[in-house]
Amino acid sequence: MSTRPSALSALVSAAVLAAPLALAGCTAGSTAMVAGGPSTLAVGFTAEPQNFDFTTTDGAAIPQALLYNVYETLVKIDSDGRITEGLAESWDISDDRTVYDFHLRDNATFSNGEPFTASDVKFSIERVQRDWTISLKSGMDVVDRVEVVGEHHARVVLSRPSNSWLRAMTTRIGAMFDPNGVSDLANDPVGTGPYDVESRRRGDSVVLTRNPEYSRPGDPRPEPDYGTVVLKYYADATALNNALLSGGIDVISGVTAPDSVPQFEADNRFRVLQGTTNGEVVLAYNNRRAPLDDVRVRKALTYAIDRKALLEAAWGGRGKLIGSMVPPTDPWFEDLSGEYPYDPERARRLLREAGHESLRLNLRIANLPYAVSSAQVIASHLKKIGVTVDIEPLDFPAVWLQQVFTDGDYDMSIVQHVEPQDITTFGDPEFYWGYDSRRVQRLLSEADTAPPREYISDMREVARTLSDDAAANWLFLFPNIVVAKNEVRGLQANQVSEAFDLTGLRRQGSS
Amino acid sequence: MTTAERLAAGAGPAAAIARRLVIFVASGFVASVVVFAFMAVLPGDPAQVALGVNATPELVEQTRQQFGLDRPLVTQYLDWMGGLLTGDFGTSYVTKEPIGPQLVDRLGVTLWLVGAGMLVAVLIAVPLGIVAAVRHRKPSGVGVSAAAQVGVAVPAFLAAIILVQVFSVQLGWLPSGGWTPPAYDLGAWLRGLILPAVSLGLVQGAVLTRYVRSAVLDVQREDFLRTARAKGLRPYPALVRHGLRNAAVPVVTVLGVQLATLLVGAVVIERVFVLPGLGSMLLDSVAARDLLAVQSIVLVLVVGVLLVNFLVDVLYTVLDPRLRRS
Repeated sequence: MSTRPSALSALVSAAVLAAPLALAGCTAGSTAMVAGGPSTLAVGFTAEPQNFDFTTTDGAAIPQALLYNVYETLVKIDSDGRITEGLAESWDISDDRTVYDFHLRDNATFSNGEPFTASDVKFSIERVQRDWTISLKSGMDVVDRVEVVGEHHARVVLSRPSNSWLRAMTTRIGAMFDPNGVSDLANDPVGTGPYDVESRRRGDSVVLTRNPEYSRPGDPRPEPDYGTVVLKYYADATALNNALLSGGIDVISGVTAPDSVPQFEADNRFRVLQGTTNGEVVLAYNNRRAPLDDVRVRKALTYAIDRKALLEAAWGGRGKLIGSMVPPTDPWFEDLSGEYPYDPERARRLLREAGHESLRLNLRIANLPYAVSSAQVIASHLKKIGVTVDIEPLDFPAVWLQQVFTDGDYDMSIVQHVEPQDITTFGDPEFYWGYDSRRVQRLLSEADTAPPREYISDMREVARTLSDDAAANWLFLFPNIVVAKNEVRGLQANQVSEAFDLTGLRRQGSS
Repeated sequence: MTTAERLAAGAGPAAAIARRLVIFVASGFVASVVVFAFMAVLPGDPAQVALGVNATPELVEQTRQQFGLDRPLVTQYLDWMGGLLTGDFGTSYVTKEPIGPQLVDRLGVTLWLVGAGMLVAVLIAVPLGIVAAVRHRKPSGVGVSAAAQVGVAVPAFLAAIILVQVFSVQLGWLPSGGWTPPAYDLGAWLRGLILPAVSLGLVQGAVLTRYVRSAVLDVQREDFLRTARAKGLRPYPALVRHGLRNAAVPVVTVLGVQLATLLVGAVVIERVFVLPGLGSMLLDSVAARDLLAVQSIVLVLVVGVLLVNFLVDVLYTVLDPRLRRS
């Protein structure tokens, strides 16, 4: 009997230790591991793609990983917001601006070996209209038909002129698919881009390797410098920073904790690039609900918040004051950040005019760092004009989408709007802003069909009207902060497209 | 009288174990209902989350149908349970992949972490607890007790942050996170496992040290140990030869409870060290409102904890014959 307990505990511990071994053994095939080396680049991200199908799953994570890298578009957008060539080498637009003739590269090939031709353009565009479910698909509503003129000549006919359409073609809805490559989009993407998805490990990483079909002889586009790119996912901002500091990764795609930037700036192993994004951090006013349906109240709140101080306190001064729903990389950008200078006296006066001595408002925010720290500053600023703010952080995205976005049950909210050209949401009275302005709706629909010069001036007018109406309070534009080891070159400071574009990256010293 | 009741009414170790088994199965069933009900009332619509902002109500409704969320709750529950009983966890409507293999993959990582954490805890607690007990009147023994007291108060994630700062960021000896499967590279796997296991094991080790200490102290007061000392055995040999087996019973109980704590603690540690375990899968699935996956993960965790308790109960009856009759 003397040996029984020890034998038993040995047995139990052996079982405990053996179980994972057995499990690990049977799942070794799903690992996403690669050997390191000079041709391998590891980039850290915060949001992991749940699957690879951006045609039915919304969110920034999938296009960030796949667009331009695995899937290519006919036209791309560069870091200054200009439309440039992609799979189309050139394009002509008819005088009435409804017919687009795309002249395609004649040597692009999908990763499954199929050549890219005009019929793929027709297939991809019609598939957006037919099978896609994410809301961005509406960008393709204006397409009347697609014609295959030649093997490398596709013609797209619009039902009316549209200035936004070509720009939308630079986003994920412009991605080109192969009819034989869409059977398992969620797990096995097939594109013409320089990289192909090699493997993935959920909760950890996605491994991209060079697409052997890319850059065949005669293709002027260079092969990517890095043969393997590991996209590593860190849900925690500190873990992401530590990974770069301890050499686990080479690049942080976007710093989400601004306090940590100085330590990278002070460290000569790293380079810090700071630019703009499309992400407007917006304090939404519920325009549909009293008392915020009164423009005087909205203006009062806008005057009462010192956005410069807020940006300093909430995001370390990193970011840009904008004053309307337009990032500086949009062609119609105009700096409206000075329209409502901090003036608590004037704010109080406006509130009294509207018949309020004091107010109590809820602030239902996304439970994300930028929103939480901004909300605290807002509450303290508004307190000075007699407005009591109840901050309610909501689980993002699920609860926020339900309560604020879908049900419209809120007074004020804070969330970052990252979609390109999302100023058009103010033309939809059903959108959660509750903003119903005939003038803005008319300007937006006129702008889209107007000649290019009027397009710009109309869009400017929309932005100005939104500011004049205090339709929302644009707190700041989210900064794009990229940190990389010194030897990694070709990174872009501005995040304009939906992609984290790997195509231009190279090692210093390599040709 | 059902078989279970007949078994429960009987005597002997087999009946005791059968009774525990019935309790185990019943608790598992109740847990499944509670978990499912909780998911059903959790705010947030999976279809809305998948489609994001700008989605039209029609699209959301269509997607809800696709996900099968428009069916009555009872049907959904029975569907889920029916699948589970045949070993089919269903296909996630978020990742569009079968949940079962994912779960097994992630569970492997978590079990390694919990196992290694437990090992660290035992390696710390057994020697230190014995020292603290044998020398409980001497400064060294008091010192160990005090250190254990402090250790109990340090949360695992704080230990993790400090360890990463020192050993990864400053010294660069060990990776700050990430997971390499042992089958791929054993060395890298071990290096990656050290810091998470130590973070998880330190606190549990401190807790366990106190239990080992008091168990050993109790045993030391027993007559048989005094007899052993009287025979001329030195304190440590006497303890090893006569005392440890008797001290093991209360310690095994605590170990069982701690295993459950470790499983929960692993969720946080996985987040800090970016390990693709069950905990990080749970958090990601909750964020995406991948209800089917969340339900299954929570149920696996609950059943895991119940199973540990069940095994501890069984182990008791084996370790201590007196418990078989109660």
